[in-house]
Amino acid sequence: MLTPEPATRAASAPESVETTPAFVGPRAPAPRGAAPFPWERRLLGIHSALVYLFLYAPIAILIVFSFNAARQTARWEGFTVQWYARLMENTLILKALKNSLIVAGVTTVVATIIGTLAALALARYSFRGKGATQATLFLPIIIPEIVFGAALVTFFGAIQLRLSIWTVILSHIAFSISYVAIVVRARLAGFDRSLEEAAMDLGAGPVQTFFRVTLPVILPGVIAGALLVFTISIDDYVVSSFVAGVGATTLPLQIYSMIKVGVTPEVNAVSSLLLLATVVMIVVSQRLQQEPGKGESRR
Amino acid sequence: MSVSVDIAGVTKRFGDFVAVDRVSLQIRKGEFFSLLGPSGCGKTTLLRMIGGFEFPTEGVIRIGDRDVTWLPPYKRPVNMVFQSSALFPHLTVIENVAFGLRYKGLNNGAAKQKARDALALVRLEGFEDRPPAQLSGGQRQRVALARALAMEPEVLLLDEPLAALDQKLRKEVQLELKNLQKSLGLTFVFVTHDQEEALTMSDRIAVMNQGRVEQLDASHHVFEYPKTEFVAQFMGAPNFFTGVVKSLAEGLLYIGGRTEADIRARTTSDTWRPNDPVRFVVRPEKLDLRTKSGTSDGEVSIEVTIEDRVYQGVNTVWVVRGDDGERYMIYEQNDRPFQESSRFRVGGRAFMSWNPRDTVVLEKKS
Repeated sequence: MLTPEPATRAASAPESVETTPAFVGPRAPAPRGAAPFPWERRLLGIHSALVYLFLYAPIAILIVFSFNAARQTARWEGFTVQWYARLMENTLILKALKNSLIVAGVTTVVATIIGTLAALALARYSFRGKGATQATLFLPIIIPEIVFGAALVTFFGAIQLRLSIWTVILSHIAFSISYVAIVVRARLAGFDRSLEEAAMDLGAGPVQTFFRVTLPVILPGVIAGALLVFTISIDDYVVSSFVAGVGATTLPLQIYSMIKVGVTPEVNAVSSLLLLATVVMIVVSQRLQQEPGKGESRR
Repeated sequence: MSVSVDIAGVTKRFGDFVAVDRVSLQIRKGEFFSLLGPSGCGKTTLLRMIGGFEFPTEGVIRIGDRDVTWLPPYKRPVNMVFQSSALFPHLTVIENVAFGLRYKGLNNGAAKQKARDALALVRLEGFEDRPPAQLSGGQRQRVALARALAMEPEVLLLDEPLAALDQKLRKEVQLELKNLQKSLGLTFVFVTHDQEEALTMSDRIAVMNQGRVEQLDASHHVFEYPKTEFVAQFMGAPNFFTGVVKSLAEGLLYIGGRTEADIRARTTSDTWRPNDPVRFVVRPEKLDLRTKSGTSDGEVSIEVTIEDRVYQGVNTVWVVRGDDGERYMIYEQNDRPFQESSRFRVGGRAFMSWNPRDTVVLEKKS
């Protein structure tokens, strides 16, 4: 008598609502998102095309020219991948890349742990100075990077810390914590506390509850924060330029110093690679930040 | 009968707010016990204290003969079914049900088998590998139930587990739950704000209001013999009469002031004294509307003015007003075809009658 009802019933319901009406009269309201008149729609299309052109044309040109056989001119002289091959022999660039990966790697790990813990504390507990903590957490994102860089270099001077790759890492961690904390907090906003209570009810202690329930549930947020931070760290120029010591040149710093001599196809090539890496990571990060239910139900 | 949960003088304060106020009660082994009351009455807080999610400000809680007042949830022999079901979204159904079994020392294979048995108990075979997001509300609560039952708790706590289900499904699951409890012989402590739900399933009900237990009795007793105005109101009997005690003899209270002849009503209290004011209720379905004053033997009759007639399908509700200004509800069962006209008309006068044995005297106010 009491057979389990089919789960598909709930899932199929919303789909029928979104069907387009068979007849749309002249006075019928336009479907959501579309302009009511053809010329308006065309104008919107042109406008959008111009915006995208403005935003992405320089980047497209950069990528195209990284495959240009010509060394000096802006004229197209044929397709080549030699500049990418040359990169692999350029010890300066390889050294800078290694530095950048170390900085971004260490920053990501440390900032993700601290940022996640900060987000948990802010979401869970009310304590004295919570408001102030929250405000200061946003500060590194709001204040101009150049001020932040200047402040850091002054600070390192004051405590007599010699500039090195470690000062770069410390600086990057400092501003990265905020990003992780904000992303993870967003994930925690929809977190059902009774999940943790259920885990404890079933015999899991506080530590087991954290690792078996809390962390797995917020993991997409944590990974999204980590990827975001890795991206920000690996392409940071302003702060790094202040706090990088001798031999701690990161990739963006290296690219900039190469550009000062002249834009070469190698610069185009290394920039294209950096761009590709960042875009991939941002896309993955965005995916993971989507609604908790959405991504999981589709398997 | 042996005691399963013993709550002794428990108070819980959140700052200035008293959520649970000096509650003492004992839940028997193997009974279906409900905490019933409106939201904010303290029923959920009391349940959460039994589960270990809150700790009392004062008082002691024992499960079996163990004092568990200060034990964390993971050290108590009880399990909870949460209102939100609280299934772990990153685990499949079977992993959810097997979650706690490793803490009972079961190896992976034994845990899986036990989880499968628990799922069979709630008729969810074949759903083992689904993620909770692919289940309906009713299925989710079944999994939550299986997860708690797999732990073989001494007491199962249920925090309004059916609140999110639609009416029809809820009725089904209520019977299912009751049968499951009976066949397992397990102690269930069930929290609800729905009196019908509590009546359907419970052996005993504690009606709570403002942190206190207003009445604790067998469920039919709570329904038929409310002790306070609040309980009467909450159990759907908002018909209050005021009278004066004339005399008390052999458990019968003679109440005057409302009718020419005294109303005889049973009472278990012997503290009544002549001239004490007394409040009593009569359930709406036990009242009759008549054109003539009480005819048959011993019936009580009061003349009233008819204020409204509400057709409700099973019943027609007559809203009437006595000459004392009080409003009363009378349920007339619709056992004949509906007719627009009636012997009674709104605005007219009629007689409200009842058998004196249906007079329920409320507790004397101290």
